[in-house]
Amino acid sequence: MIGVESDWSSEPPPRYFTLEDYEGGEARWCPGCGDLAVLTAVKRICRDEQLPPEKVVCVSGIGCSSRFPHYMKTYGFHGLHGRALPVACGVRSRRPDLHVWVATGDGDCCSIGAAHWIHAVRYNMNLTVMLFNNEIYGLTKKQTSPTTPQGFATNTHPLGAVLPPLKPVSATLGFTNVSFVAQTVDWNIAHLYATLKKAHEHKGLSFVHILQRCPTFTPGVFDDLQSDPERILLLEHENGIPIDPAVARLYPKKLVHDPLDSNMARILADRVEELPLGLLYCDPDRPGYEEFTGRGIGMGVGEKLEFLNRELDRFTI
Amino acid sequence: MTEASSTPAASGRRPSQRTPSGPVRTAEQIVEIVSDSGEGAQKAGQSFAAICAQMGNGIWTVEIIPAEIKPPARSRAGASGIRVRFGSDRVTNMGDSADLVVAFNEQVLYGRISQDVYDEGLVILLENKWATDRREVVRREYAEALEDFDRRGYNVIGVPMEEECLKLTPTPRLGKNMFVLGMLSAIYTRDIDLALNEISRVFARKGPKVVELNQRLIRAGYDYAKENIDLSFEVLSAPREGKQVVMNGNQAAGLGVMASGMEMVAMYPITPATSISHYLAGVFPGVGGCVHQAEDEISAIGFAIGASYAGKTACTVTSGPGLALKTEFIGLAVMAEIPLVIILVQRGGPSTGLPTKVEQGELMPAIFGSPGDDPKIVFAPATIEECFHFVITARKLAETFRTPVVLLTDANLATGMQPFPRPEVKEEWLAPPIDQSPWDPEVPPYDWDEESGISPRPIPGQRGGEYVLTGLAHTRGGKVAYDPESNQTGCEMRSRKLAALRRTLKPPEVSGDPEGDLLIVGWGSTLGAIDEAVVRARSEGLRVASIHLRFLSPLEPGLDDIFARFTKVLVVEINYSDPHNAPYIDENTRRFSQLAKLIRIRTRYDVDCWSNVHGQPLSPGLVYGEIVRQIGALKGAER
Repeated sequence: MIGVESDWSSEPPPRYFTLEDYEGGEARWCPGCGDLAVLTAVKRICRDEQLPPEKVVCVSGIGCSSRFPHYMKTYGFHGLHGRALPVACGVRSRRPDLHVWVATGDGDCCSIGAAHWIHAVRYNMNLTVMLFNNEIYGLTKKQTSPTTPQGFATNTHPLGAVLPPLKPVSATLGFTNVSFVAQTVDWNIAHLYATLKKAHEHKGLSFVHILQRCPTFTPGVFDDLQSDPERILLLEHENGIPIDPAVARLYPKKLVHDPLDSNMARILADRVEELPLGLLYCDPDRPGYEEFTGRGIGMGVGEKLEFLNRELDRFTI
Repeated sequence: MTEASSTPAASGRRPSQRTPSGPVRTAEQIVEIVSDSGEGAQKAGQSFAAICAQMGNGIWTVEIIPAEIKPPARSRAGASGIRVRFGSDRVTNMGDSADLVVAFNEQVLYGRISQDVYDEGLVILLENKWATDRREVVRREYAEALEDFDRRGYNVIGVPMEEECLKLTPTPRLGKNMFVLGMLSAIYTRDIDLALNEISRVFARKGPKVVELNQRLIRAGYDYAKENIDLSFEVLSAPREGKQVVMNGNQAAGLGVMASGMEMVAMYPITPATSISHYLAGVFPGVGGCVHQAEDEISAIGFAIGASYAGKTACTVTSGPGLALKTEFIGLAVMAEIPLVIILVQRGGPSTGLPTKVEQGELMPAIFGSPGDDPKIVFAPATIEECFHFVITARKLAETFRTPVVLLTDANLATGMQPFPRPEVKEEWLAPPIDQSPWDPEVPPYDWDEESGISPRPIPGQRGGEYVLTGLAHTRGGKVAYDPESNQTGCEMRSRKLAALRRTLKPPEVSGDPEGDLLIVGWGSTLGAIDEAVVRARSEGLRVASIHLRFLSPLEPGLDDIFARFTKVLVVEINYSDPHNAPYIDENTRRFSQLAKLIRIRTRYDVDCWSNVHGQPLSPGLVYGEIVRQIGALKGAER
């Protein structure tokens, strides 16, 4: 073998990933869309955590925010309206090595895919679920979504949305086996980043409700939250979302909230006068369905053949 | 009742005289056990069938399942039970009228009489406790039924089943089925030890006390029949080569899933598909697999697609209504080229239809269900054995052609039991480990081969293969297509997969002479009934043959050539068509059965069809009757 060049080292060559390594197609959202901030935050987390792009899978449904996977240079699954969560759960069921991000909108998650929302939370598989809530159907052009403010005029309710909006955080906190619920806003990048990072680190399904601006169809629905810092209640706790000093300076109203306190979490989620920002609930000890679906991964061929023969023997006459 | 069903039964009455000395030898017998729900008739019948198979007989079973779990007792629509047809040779279908039926009350028999499955000469072993029931209405119903049965020419033998069982157990309702198993073992000269062993196997998990009680009940039934029932038959068995297994079609499909190396079955409960997952739930961990019960049918297929996308081809099992809900996801799997196996156990439709009955109603929905053009592979096993082997083929086809594959079985195959040669498990059947080697970034995710439409598939974890799978029209590179040509090209490439697969298929074999007056075309579970009818008609000199299709999308090649050699081609299946003589329907408005429609699209032949939606497995007698009628009409036209 003289003269043949070989690399005998058992260690793979070190790889270092920059933001560019996660840079997918050019984002085609409207100028000023809140989705762009979330996209940037996720790319930064991937870079900061040095996640190999081939080990990242972004799964989405259908809607404006569900274009998310196309703008990442990772594996992506842009599937059906409302059905991101079943696919994401299926991906994780036998692949615990993959980092799965789910992008879903208020119509996608809380309306057509509502059944999956309830059950995926209960399965508690290791997913980071980002609910982009712009309180409107955007891609189909301004129809009422379950979270559209009451009285807001849309193309399907020109005289204003008839019913009070569904509250995604309150609902999620009511689902059995919920393990992580946080709330953040697209316009505070530091808090958004810290929240998504905490969510990614959580073992189990982390549900992040992101208030997301739609400059085209719901401009101004979050104006009061943006212009009046008193409307924000910043949640603090050693087990909560780490708070950047700049964020702490911006929002004067703060509350120490233990993420294990589910009763308090529900009270906070229901508040109308203020928007709680941070980690409302987190129980790292909730059982995860992957313990069940992942049994037997990598079982050897010999063991399988032996079992199959034993099983056929049971039917043999 | 259709016209055909009023013609003489295919096999006529088999000679079966009662003799006091020595068993009567007979080539085959059809036995039914019919009861109210929850009285264990199916368990007794399955055990009896297993014993017959162990003694070397061919068997076929059909379960009689009411639509409710515990319908009112002694109701005609609540008949629950099982039919066991066993014979010296291989048995491939349920046959025609029964020879002997054990009934736990007289009312459930009417449920069966309405299905036209009994004939003059039928022997009934009937629980006779109703004659002395404390309720006057019950005593009257029983007496009236006895008179009616006599008029119909049935031979009723009253048996005090409950009274006899009470001698052994305070809950005779739960033990009667074993007593019946004992009686049948005596009447059909079965080996009592086989029965005792079978029951200790069936009840092994329930502990020795339960096993012992059931064995005593079997002995009691056996002894009772020997002493009191003047019936004795012997169905000899033909010598058999090699080891055999006996199971139903859903167990065979479940075993096929394991033998194929698939590791994930995602499902939502639906009759009659669910028992595949019942079987698998117990044994799947033995090969490292998992049954996921999803929150709905849509989520079940979504979960399977997610698992498939991430590595190993997964499977979902469902029936007609579930297929309707999964349709959008099936379209996605076609469009985004995700391998997936869908086991579709058909039942009667539309809507909730006949959930526990037999129909081949999902052929068209399976092939054409999704919006837009959605070429996918659809094929149908015709026997229990094929239910096993076809799942293994399905997994390979799904991966080779990177597409969903639908396996169409039905309620008849799902619950029917039949022996077949024990498969020799092969390592190559198992799916290989997930490929995690680096991907050449120069190769796009849809690098379609121009001739076959096939392209290799990057799997998450493969470095360099990162792409975004989308249900939107997309380019070779997997990018959302904004130009008109990309969608056209994508559709063409996916279509070529079916053409490529078709080029590898052989024309179907003609059963019977290669030319003649009438060719019967069938598919799926009707194989045995059609074969038996054709053999009988041919033995009587009729020029009839049959072919049985397995591949339906793509359709098997060579049909035009085969059809050209027959005067008439008749598709026989069990889904709806307007009968040829239906009132208010003429040749312009007549709607054809599903395979007939498909063949009329794919060939240049004006094929006719005969079908019904009675919810029953096809019987050879019905097919035979139609063959006689069709050939008669052809001859009439010639004159």
